[in-house]
Amino acid sequence: MTAHRSPLPAHRLSATNDFVVKFANVNGSGSASANELFARSILRMGVPVSPRNIFPSNIQGLPTWYEVRVSERGWLGRRGGVDLMVAMNPQTWDADIKEIEPGGYLFYDSTRPLPASKFRDDVNIIGMPLTAICNSTYADARQRQLFKNIMYLGALSVLLGIDAREIKRLFAEQYKGKEKLLDSNMQALELGREHAAQHLDPIGLHVQRADNVGEKIFVDGNVAAALGCVYGGATVCAWYPITPSSSLAEAFQKYCMKYRVDAESGRNRFAIVQAEDEIASIGMCVGAGWNGARAFTTTAGPGISLMNEFIGLAYFAEIPVTIIDVQRGGPSTGMPTRTQQSDVLACAYASHGDTKHVLLLPEDPHECFEFSAQALDLADRLQTPIFVLTDLDIGMNQRLTAPFQWDDRRDYDRGKVMTAEELEAGKDFGRYKDVDGDGIPYRTYPGTHAERGAYFTRGTSRDPYARYSEKGPDYVYNMERLLRKWDTAKSLVPQPILRGTGGEAHDGVIYYGSTSPSMAEAIELLGKQSLVLDTLRVRAFPFPDSVGEFIRQHERVFVVEQNRDGQLRTLLINEFGIDPARLVAVLHYDGTPITARFIAGAIAARMRPAKVKENAA
Amino acid sequence: MTYIAKPKLHHPTLACNAIGFTRRDYEGKISTLCAGCGHDSISASIIQACWELDIEPHRVAKLSGIGCSSKTPDYFLGQSHGFNTVHGRMPSVLTGANLANRDLLYLGVSGDGDSASIGIGQFVHAIRRGVNMVYIVENNGVYGLTKGQFSATADQGSKSKKGVVNTDSPLDLVGLAMQLGATYVARGFSGDKKQLVPLIKGAIAHRGAAFIDVISPCVAFNNHAGSTKSYEYVREHNEAVNRLDFIDVRAEITVDYAEGEIVDVTQHDGSIVRLRKLSADFNAHDRIKAMNYVHAQQAKGEVVTGLLYVDPDAHDLHEHFNTTEVPINRLGAKELSPGADNLAKINNSLR
Repeated sequence: MTAHRSPLPAHRLSATNDFVVKFANVNGSGSASANELFARSILRMGVPVSPRNIFPSNIQGLPTWYEVRVSERGWLGRRGGVDLMVAMNPQTWDADIKEIEPGGYLFYDSTRPLPASKFRDDVNIIGMPLTAICNSTYADARQRQLFKNIMYLGALSVLLGIDAREIKRLFAEQYKGKEKLLDSNMQALELGREHAAQHLDPIGLHVQRADNVGEKIFVDGNVAAALGCVYGGATVCAWYPITPSSSLAEAFQKYCMKYRVDAESGRNRFAIVQAEDEIASIGMCVGAGWNGARAFTTTAGPGISLMNEFIGLAYFAEIPVTIIDVQRGGPSTGMPTRTQQSDVLACAYASHGDTKHVLLLPEDPHECFEFSAQALDLADRLQTPIFVLTDLDIGMNQRLTAPFQWDDRRDYDRGKVMTAEELEAGKDFGRYKDVDGDGIPYRTYPGTHAERGAYFTRGTSRDPYARYSEKGPDYVYNMERLLRKWDTAKSLVPQPILRGTGGEAHDGVIYYGSTSPSMAEAIELLGKQSLVLDTLRVRAFPFPDSVGEFIRQHERVFVVEQNRDGQLRTLLINEFGIDPARLVAVLHYDGTPITARFIAGAIAARMRPAKVKENAA
Repeated sequence: MTYIAKPKLHHPTLACNAIGFTRRDYEGKISTLCAGCGHDSISASIIQACWELDIEPHRVAKLSGIGCSSKTPDYFLGQSHGFNTVHGRMPSVLTGANLANRDLLYLGVSGDGDSASIGIGQFVHAIRRGVNMVYIVENNGVYGLTKGQFSATADQGSKSKKGVVNTDSPLDLVGLAMQLGATYVARGFSGDKKQLVPLIKGAIAHRGAAFIDVISPCVAFNNHAGSTKSYEYVREHNEAVNRLDFIDVRAEITVDYAEGEIVDVTQHDGSIVRLRKLSADFNAHDRIKAMNYVHAQQAKGEVVTGLLYVDPDAHDLHEHFNTTEVPINRLGAKELSPGADNLAKINNSLR
């Protein structure tokens, strides 16, 4: 059998270390590990990549994609467009073909001939009879399927010039001690490579060794946040399975088993409960936090909705708890396997009555690690729920990121906890009394002292000594104190990051979270069109005063978000009392990660409406 | 009014327990429940049980949900930390608290609305997990604080104060608890403190999920003719299957019983729960038979009370989780952070 060959069109995309490869696969076919090897082998050549899983809410059978952006410059946002499509799924064939850039490449399994109408004239076709090769090589059905993936990896390595030694090293690391698996994978790789070398025409996309990866690590945000919780001293994790957050709790379990088992006794220095639902998850965290353990839960939007009553209790009764929300497409069940930043308002003002909650907004896995550890400190310091808002794009995709750091001298900030000695010495204890003027009262752990320091925790209003009270002045004292605490929080949370032009720009951009890599690239794209902007990456709510200043200093501020309603913009308007007309929403919310092209296009259209119209015409 | 403190005058002749506390030291604020409320008798029984067991009050954590019963932790053990959580969710908060510090005694107080209706899910799962706790439901078949609606434990056919007949079948908490794997299950009656105090003491000494359903009539909304949770009805239909004596590990056993009538159950801490059999057919060590017996008697309209099931060799959640002996809330960065060297290794594995 020979590969399908069509005459190559005149135009062939040509790029080195700067292109996008997309794999269209069937869920459950074992493609994920081959695709990851593809990305990693390029990384090992010193060339930055950013892969993204685009997967269904399904275990087997539905379409799934893996999109790898190769960028020597280190742009990690989604670019948009596809230069090389590895089309392994007949179900999505037509849509996949459409996505290829003119002059791009289509790699497909040519075992069964396809009519010419199934192809595009302006796309270069690379057919390889993968099924036929596998069927003649392997007898076992599962092997035929699995090694098909390794075989296309081999072929791609030849076409793109990926150093096969890097793939082999990765195999060796992966199958250490499993020599049989190592050998069979090596063999499949070689088969793929041999076929490509003998039968396939060279293409215009190439990987060339570079030195742009450096010390960076390749990890997803859920693993990073889990590690942050391990290092930050979380001992209780109560959670309920929900996409896209489940792998966070599972990673926490994995690292605890490795690093938190007492060597002498073999006993665990952690407790992980898979609860019956999200209400119980947060309830357990509240109980553990009340009793002096560092507790966190991890969830997604629907879980936040269920947790609302407890979040209000923790706010009002002032109990530390950390909630990591890996956001997905809402509302309701929404798009469970797609990304969004649409829980911002639901978290900021969660629960009935007057409430406000601290939100931390990491941009990448590195900050997922940092902010998760910091959230545990902040929860204890501020005695309140702390939300870490990541999203599916950061949480479930491996991203090139700065290595994790930990200073062994760092101790946990357990906040204001009155000790048995202080109580014994007669120090006045009013659980809800503002003694330091920062709005943060002292607390005691249960069981501290025989006669002093006990109090009754409740969701009802109370006086400064925790005695039940529905008197107006007692209630107002408490609510005002909570606002003072809110002010204190402004200086404790991660401060925004300003990238200014030094007064040149009249316009500004505010953005946060996973929009970050695409924003950096968009600013460069805009700069090429002589459109300059100052940028401010907001990293937390409450907003420090510098956020308000940034808005005041600019005639117009674009607020770039991945939701329909401009939720952070609403928060900015509400908290600063800003004229909404000055904040221009730039919104991307179809569930795919925002791209630099989209941001630059949307902002350019507003900065130069006339010119863009001319171009469009 | 709960913010009115009780006078701290102690009568000089009040008896002290082994750690020097009088019963008054185990009391809390003045109850705001209705005069004659069964719940106040249960609070008094908790006080008595803790005093007799020489428990340090501050080593108890008392947790509750929302409702009349859930207010009661304010009325006993004033030196204990208390937590009035949200409606129906005490079990999860207690579970988390227990995980944080295994050294305290966890007392969960709830009602039939709190545990059998809104909180049935949490009740079920806390029992399933074997959380080491004493879980008391003060069961009156009615929502008292919202003035007399039926709860999920109200018997089918029982009448509300306004004459409405309940058509839903009742949830049976002791049956559920036995089925779900509670390792100490009892039912008491707030009108019988002699029976209730030893049941609570046995539950405190038990390691694992101990559940006590206490029928506790609501004098305001469910103590009328036609109710199956009234004082009169429960007194008439109370079938105690056994009487229980709790014998402390330190106390010498002096009382003799005729053989065959008593069963001694040694709990993990060495204390003995001595059961005097009142019903020849009943065996508190056989879970399935006990469930059948309780259900059969219930079908006849009898309220079976006493220690219904006990597994003295039970395991609790900390054993399942293999957690450290040292309460995890005492661990600091030294014990919890894997350190910079390990992080460097982790970084390397991610390249």
